Amino acid sequence: MSTTDDFRAGTLEPDADRLLAPGQTYASVTQKISSVVLTRRPPLFWMVVFATGFLLFMLLLVAVTCLFAKGVGIWGIMIPVAWGFAIVNFVWWIGIGHAGTLISAILLLFRQKWRTSINRFAEAMTLFAVACAAMFPLLHLGRPWVFYWLFPYPDTMKLWPQWRSPLVWDVFAVSTYGTVSFIFWYIGLIPDLASMRDRARHPLVKVIYGILSMGWRGAARHWHRYRVAYLLLAGLATPLVLSVHSVVSLDFTIAILPGWHSTIFPPYFVAGAIFSGFAMVLTLAIPLRKVYGLEGFITARHLDNMAQLLLATGLMVAYGYVMETFMGWYSGNRFEIFELVTRALGPYAFWYWVLIFCNVLVPQVFWFRSARRSIPVLFIGSLLVNLGMWVERFVIIVVSLNRDFMTSSWRMYFPTFWDWATLSGSIGLFLTLMFLFIRVLPAISIFELREMIHEEGGHRQ
Amino acid sequence: MSLFAKKQGIYGLVAEFEGADALLEATKRAVREGYRRLEAYSPFPIDDLSEALGFERTLVPLIVLLGGIVGGVGGFFMEWFSATIHYPINVGGRPLNSWPSFIPVTFELTILVASISALLGMLALNKLPMPNHPLFNVERFSQASQDRFFLCIESSDPKFDGQATRQFLESLTSMVVYDVEP
Repeated sequence: MSTTDDFRAGTLEPDADRLLAPGQTYASVTQKISSVVLTRRPPLFWMVVFATGFLLFMLLLVAVTCLFAKGVGIWGIMIPVAWGFAIVNFVWWIGIGHAGTLISAILLLFRQKWRTSINRFAEAMTLFAVACAAMFPLLHLGRPWVFYWLFPYPDTMKLWPQWRSPLVWDVFAVSTYGTVSFIFWYIGLIPDLASMRDRARHPLVKVIYGILSMGWRGAARHWHRYRVAYLLLAGLATPLVLSVHSVVSLDFTIAILPGWHSTIFPPYFVAGAIFSGFAMVLTLAIPLRKVYGLEGFITARHLDNMAQLLLATGLMVAYGYVMETFMGWYSGNRFEIFELVTRALGPYAFWYWVLIFCNVLVPQVFWFRSARRSIPVLFIGSLLVNLGMWVERFVIIVVSLNRDFMTSSWRMYFPTFWDWATLSGSIGLFLTLMFLFIRVLPAISIFELREMIHEEGGHRQ
Repeated sequence: MSLFAKKQGIYGLVAEFEGADALLEATKRAVREGYRRLEAYSPFPIDDLSEALGFERTLVPLIVLLGGIVGGVGGFFMEWFSATIHYPINVGGRPLNSWPSFIPVTFELTILVASISALLGMLALNKLPMPNHPLFNVERFSQASQDRFFLCIESSDPKFDGQATRQFLESLTSMVVYDVEP
């Protein structure tokens, strides 16, 4: 592992405020990032996490097989809580996906250079999170094998989707989001796939990267069109990312249920999505940079900036909680007020206070620079935010549903083994895809790092 | 390829450079010298390089705009047509053409078709995928995706002359000039 050691020796001392460790050249960034895939053996960490993820993924397959065989009755859902874990997980995953597009599109438009080292794997994270998310509403359908009825297609029944339904909007929003995220990610990969093609030694590997890179050769005219297309995609993805979680929130707000029927939901959901997404980027980035010795590329400054974004979006989410409560009280509607009291003091009150702790109190430590620069604090904080955001969706869905207008229909919701199996299985699917990605594709955008070296002017070979 | 290129027997001559600024400078000089069929290759996009080659405008934005219009208009038309003509159904007394409810899908389809157009338009204008290219015959060219910069003057250039062009390129770079087999 001498490569690793040399590599670490050269880059382990990043200046605190730099985006890139000093002394990098075009060749060194290319070599270091591509070697993770091409020459270095996967570290033990990779093996362990991949194996764990893969096991959980197998559990997902078992859970889904059982679901298909027996139906949604194996879950804890019933009337009135017909939306259990499936929808909680859906909203959680799709929210996590939002950070990737935010980093790659919005920060690109704002010319935030620090996005460069983290955009590629954040985009991959988006893609895989959307894949996990999209699975849940389909599994929840009851007859998942006819999921294509959701799409407009010339069917023999002469039916069309119901365009006035937010659930149909959701189908379009999520599938568009998945497609556009994929295009964005793939366009970004093309020049790096060409680098991989040119560095690969094994003929088969060369051919595979060659096909994927489409014969990219870095011609100036190609770069010109490439940059225009990339910028336009960023412009298109920016309103898209804001629309997706807004549409998800409309699934709730269009209903008249207390706790759901609220105009603050779209912006508050978007802020929550970005909040949870950045938490997940931190959760992934912290171990990865350590294991692969990428501290020279994902520096303390990157982590610091992400913690600041976590704090900012956390405050927006906190504002959402406050306004939701205030508007509920101000409405004077007894059902709304009852719902507020139930949330804070009812049978699921413990979880409400968990979410307040994780999403409102925990991010406050990031006011302090020392906390933003401390790896353990960042890591634990990001895990707590991930947990808190999952609990938030649980509270929104279950607490609002389990006690509605009719006292006689109240029932408690309890998840079953299969609910937990599907949730942990989706985490397994996510880890499997994420670690396969790290194994076979460059996890950091190489050409953008070269561009950064050029712009910094440090490199005059 | 023109007949002329075949007579020459090579695709062109390619010079290697060490830095982006050297490549930009050399490109400008080659254009000033009167070469027109030339292309610069770099491992990352370089400002002003395509402009130096006389390439100012691209059709990509127009393609994306058209894609967006097709997606938006087509999406809304699909909803309006199905909700009012092909499958009119009364939902809670709402008008058949309840257009505000049609906006989310219209918006998503606008973005979707525009984004697909951006990808396909960029690739088509760049004539990609093109798995092979004469430049890949130059072994050293594999560095173009890593840390080296190349300027290729094609033999189809009217001003191209094996000897003189080679000498000109050698005067631009401190590195080697290679023949590009067709």
